[in-house]
Amino acid sequence: MPTVAPADMDGFVVRAGFLNECAYFASGEGEIVFSGQGEKKVKPHKSGLLAAEPVVDGTGLITSGDDGCIYACAADGSHELVAERPRKWIDLIAAGPSGAVAFASGRTAWVRLADGREKEFAHERAVGGLAFAPKGVRLAVSRYDGATLWWAGTDGAPVELTWKGAHLGISFSPDGKYLVTAMQENALHGWRLTDSQDMRMTGYPAKVKSFSWSVKGRYLATSGANAAILWPFFGKTGPMGQSPLQLGTRGDALVTSVVCHPKEDVVAVGYQDGMIMMCRFADNAEVLLRRPGKGPVSSMGWDAEGVRLAFGTEAAEAGIVSLQD
Amino acid sequence: MSATQDAQAQIPVTVLTGYLGAGKTTLLNRILTENHGQRYAVIVNEFGEVGIDNDLLVESDEEIFEMNNGCICCTVRGDLIRTVQNLMKRKGAFDAIIVETTGVADPAPVAQTFFMDDDVRASAKLDAVVAVVDARHVLQRLEDTEEAEDQVAFADVILINKTDLVSEEELANVEARIRAINPYAIQHRSERCGVDIAKVLDRGAFDLDRILSLDPHFLEHGHHAHECGPTCDHDHHHGHGHDHHSHDHDHGHHHHHHDEDPHSVKSISLKAGDLNPDMFFPWINQVTQVQGPNILRMKGILSFKDDPQRYVIQGVHMIVEGDHQRDWKADEPRESRLVFIGRDLNWDVLKDSFQACAAQ
Repeated sequence: MPTVAPADMDGFVVRAGFLNECAYFASGEGEIVFSGQGEKKVKPHKSGLLAAEPVVDGTGLITSGDDGCIYACAADGSHELVAERPRKWIDLIAAGPSGAVAFASGRTAWVRLADGREKEFAHERAVGGLAFAPKGVRLAVSRYDGATLWWAGTDGAPVELTWKGAHLGISFSPDGKYLVTAMQENALHGWRLTDSQDMRMTGYPAKVKSFSWSVKGRYLATSGANAAILWPFFGKTGPMGQSPLQLGTRGDALVTSVVCHPKEDVVAVGYQDGMIMMCRFADNAEVLLRRPGKGPVSSMGWDAEGVRLAFGTEAAEAGIVSLQD
Repeated sequence: MSATQDAQAQIPVTVLTGYLGAGKTTLLNRILTENHGQRYAVIVNEFGEVGIDNDLLVESDEEIFEMNNGCICCTVRGDLIRTVQNLMKRKGAFDAIIVETTGVADPAPVAQTFFMDDDVRASAKLDAVVAVVDARHVLQRLEDTEEAEDQVAFADVILINKTDLVSEEELANVEARIRAINPYAIQHRSERCGVDIAKVLDRGAFDLDRILSLDPHFLEHGHHAHECGPTCDHDHHHGHGHDHHSHDHDHGHHHHHHDEDPHSVKSISLKAGDLNPDMFFPWINQVTQVQGPNILRMKGILSFKDDPQRYVIQGVHMIVEGDHQRDWKADEPRESRLVFIGRDLNWDVLKDSFQACAAQ
């Protein structure tokens, strides 16, 4: 039977997950809690925290806030300023390979490389999301009417991908073959990058705000419906013409957060009422991980072994679910 | 559906519109410095020359998003969606939101954002659109630009500012002209935005009951089959359609460039007894589908046959939203009233087809 160890938070949990063995929780009020051997609390930002992303090797957490600052925080509570854009609300960040960090405000995105160099990428319309490609220092920026692929380390020409509408959250498939965006409409859009083939993934009753790739990128799990919707990305044509898996279907609550298990074909599904279930792809077997609480599940993250799940809700609830005693 | 969707959890939002120089920032600073105990998050379009002193101040570049639903007027402010979502990560830090728009902003996408985006709707509700107009220049602005007229047409509360710069007669002209465009807004006069803040904020202006009880003019206008502005040029025969407030408005003022003024905003008030919902809903859907681009605002309180509750309805362009409000009171006449503010609306057809929705 899974057990839940609650963590005490001061506000809306923007991001929860693990840095190696240490759980982290970052709240909108600005507090970051590291829970490993003992507990550390830090508050690097002057006021609110808007986004947090773990760095690729798990050694730190990049955070951004309404003070225009971007910090790199380590699990021991130490933190250093990475970049600053005074008076801007930095609400989008991405952590890339080789220590690169991307961040955006309004219509501009920036990449800060590990050696301290910064590059600016201007767009005609607002930036909706940022994602680094799995290989190479390549940044994808979702925007109004499509997405732009930039080479962050060199001056190579950008690639423009066009699809009408506002594109928000963005993610590369782990093999780098597909780029997927969540739209202002209740739909996902995808591009097969080899030939820019468009893909529409629709049928959601709400906006897709959380997505997660399963082991080896076989499925893309998404929120935004009354079940976790998992689109198949194996085979030559990916999800085109395929029906998605629907896991953890409930009649009374929408899925607000999903995160695939790091080793098994299993997904953790967080709902609007705070409930969390774990669902197996093969047979839709369900295990209750957390009972409903006070607010929607806003973020979840597995540890590397897939035995612990950190979670947070919009109502300042947080905790760690352990699958083993 | 959502735990966060109940009315109490929705943060009230006040939208300030008005032309450059009308006094929006002055009003904003007055609101912020008043000792009211409320904490505001303020969203501005650009940091202006006049500083705004507030802890939670966000600059937001206007981003109009068209929705991929084939509807040309279904636009929202993408930057507002993003900013409201970011603000909701600090729910405890403020009690209300004020959005200051640029002088030339079309108010429709701002208002529609609070109806069309599910996330924004779940967390925030539009309290009132407050337009600040400059008593001295507003008539010229209304003549020159469609935006100025839109701002007046959209407003729930209109602050006629800089009244010290005009004569009483000029002021009366301004008030009449504004009432001709939008007879349903509550008007206040001010110098340097010196108005009781309670008359501007937390109006619940979208709660029609408040407007009806607060503005005696509203009931008065309800007796007319039509409310037409001074530029009203339709030629059908109605006994008392023209708004009596606007009769003397155009004296010495030449804003008719041509007979058919394309900018002309008019309003209409429709009245009936009990309605048949099976007739009314298809009708209102059809009206907003066909005439949506020309409908700036629509509001109503409706009485459906055999329904113990009042039904309130409101709309912006093609968006219609309605809900049961409360039981009809015993001493309250059960009647249905619906107002439209818009351009080039087919008034006769609206009136006749509305009457056809009456319960038999």
